[in-house]
Amino acid sequence: MTKIVERSPLTFYERTYLPAILEGIKVTARHFARTVQGNNTAKDLSGGYYPETPWKVSEGYRGAPYLVRDQDDATKCVSCQLCEFVCPPKAIKITPPGPGGQAAERPNAEKMPREFEINMLRCIFCGLCQEVCPEEAIFLQRDYSLTGLSREEMVYNKEKLLRLGGVHAGVQKWKHKAEEAKAQETFPVQA
Amino acid sequence: MIEDLLSQPAVQFAVFSAVKIAVVFAVVMTFVAYAVLVERKVSAFIQDRVGPNRTAPPLALKVPVIGRLLQSWGMFQPMADGLKFMLKEDFTPSYVRKVYFWLAPAVTVIPAFLTLCVIPFGSNLGDQKMVIADLDVGILYTFGIVSLGVYGIVLAGYASNSKYPFLGGIRSSAQMISYEIAMGMSVVTLFLIVGDLNLSKVIQWQADHGWLVLYQPVSFVIFLVAAFAETNRLPFDLPESETELVGGYHTEYSSMKFALFFLGEYANMIASSAMMVTLFFGGWSLPFLGTPATGLLGGLVHIGVFIAKMVVLMVVFIWVRWMLPRFRYDQLMDLGWRRFIPLALVNIVATALAVAAFNR
Repeated sequence: MTKIVERSPLTFYERTYLPAILEGIKVTARHFARTVQGNNTAKDLSGGYYPETPWKVSEGYRGAPYLVRDQDDATKCVSCQLCEFVCPPKAIKITPPGPGGQAAERPNAEKMPREFEINMLRCIFCGLCQEVCPEEAIFLQRDYSLTGLSREEMVYNKEKLLRLGGVHAGVQKWKHKAEEAKAQETFPVQA
Repeated sequence: MIEDLLSQPAVQFAVFSAVKIAVVFAVVMTFVAYAVLVERKVSAFIQDRVGPNRTAPPLALKVPVIGRLLQSWGMFQPMADGLKFMLKEDFTPSYVRKVYFWLAPAVTVIPAFLTLCVIPFGSNLGDQKMVIADLDVGILYTFGIVSLGVYGIVLAGYASNSKYPFLGGIRSSAQMISYEIAMGMSVVTLFLIVGDLNLSKVIQWQADHGWLVLYQPVSFVIFLVAAFAETNRLPFDLPESETELVGGYHTEYSSMKFALFFLGEYANMIASSAMMVTLFFGGWSLPFLGTPATGLLGGLVHIGVFIAKMVVLMVVFIWVRWMLPRFRYDQLMDLGWRRFIPLALVNIVATALAVAAFNR
C-alpha cells in the first residue's frame, strides 16, 4: 500500500532561515559546552584519549582476521583455500601441503596448510574469509591497530596468525559431528 | 644630517607609515595563524573531539606546567603548520597554464591585505593616527579592492585546467559578484546617515551618536551575510565545497601556493570582521571611551578594544561554519538577487526618507 506523505509548504518564518539558525546555535552550543567541560565520546567509551588509553573494543568487533586452534590445540584450517578465493583484496595466500606433505594435526581432517599468509596491508577486514570458512578456522578478532616498520613485517605468516588467534573453544564443530554420528545409531526409527 | 632628514614631514610620514605597515602585517599574519588554530579547536569541540593538543617543541615541554598547558591548547600547532607549508613539495601539474597558475595565489592574497590599510584600528598613538591610509573615500577603496579578490579565484580555476577547479572558479565569479551588489547597497544607508565616506569619521560619528548597528540592523544582517559569501565561508563556500568539488579552485595547488589561498581566505575574514567593527560596532570606541586618545595608554586601550571586537566577529565567522550546512547554488543566487538586493534597496529608500525628514 502506497502512502503519500503530504509535505506542508514552509511557513514564512521558516523561509527566513531563522528557526534553522536558532536550532543550529542550540545544537552546536550544547556540544561545545559539553566538550569544554571535559566530556566527550572518547572519555565516555574508554575513559581517555587513544595513544595513552587504548580504545575499549566492544563485543563482535571485526578487526584483523587470525587463525584459531581447536580445543585440543590443533590447527583447524584444512587448507581448502576458499578464503583465498573469496578474499576481495587478495590478501590471503595459502601454500597447500602438496602430495605427501605434512598430515593434519587433528582427526577428521586430511591436511593443513604448509604456509598461510595474510597481508595486513591489503586486508580490508570485510569478514568474508570468516563467513566462507567451512571449518570455522579463521575469525575476525579485536585487533584494530596493526603497525609495522616494513611491508614484509605486515605479512603475517601461519605461525604468527595462530599465535595471535589463540584457541577458539566456543564452536567445536567436529565434537558435535561425532556426537551426532553416534546418536544416529540409536535414532528411533519408526515403522 | 640624519636628524635633518628625519625632521622633514615627508620622511617622517614615510617612516611612520612603514612602521605601521610592518606592525599591521605582522599582527594580521599572527592572527591568521591563530585563527586557524581557533577554527580547529572550535570545530573539534562542536564535534565532540579535542582538536590539536600534541604539537610542542621539545624545549617548551621543559617549562613546568605552562609548557604542558600550552601544548594541550595547541598553541604550537600554527608553527608546525607553517613549517609544513614551507617544506612540502611545491608540485606544478604538467597540464596547468603555468603563468596564471603562478599568478593566481598572489592575486588572491594581495587584495585581502590591501583592504586592511584603510581600516582605523585605533584612535591615536602619540601623534600618529592609527590607520595606515586615512583616505577620504575609504569605503569606495575597500569595495574596489575587495572586488579584485574574485579574480584570483577565477584565475586559479581557469589556470588549473581541470574540471573541479574550473567549476569552483565559475561558481565563485557568480557568487562574489552577486553578493558584492547587496553588500555595497547595504552600506549606502550608513553613509546617508553619517554623511562621510572616511572611515575614521564614521567611527567618530558612532562615538558621538551610538553604534550604527542600532540605527541600521537590516543593513548589518545584509552586510554580515554578504561578508560570508565574499569570504567564501560556509554556508556559502560553494567555490571550494570539499564534498562536491574536491577542493574547488585550489584542488591542484600544493605547498606554499595553497597556503597563500588559505592565508587569503583568513585575511579576508579578518578584513571583513574589521570592516564590520568599523562600520557597525563603533570601531575603537566604547560608549564611555568616545574621544580620540591623547596619551599612549589610551591609544593602546583603543587598539585593544578594536581587536577585541574583531575577535568576537571572527569567532562568529568560525562558529557559523560548523553550524549551518552549505546552500545549494540556486538557493544562494535566490537569496542574493531576490531577497537581499530588493531588501537593501527598500532599506536605502526608507533611510533616505527618514534622514530627509529628520534633517528638515
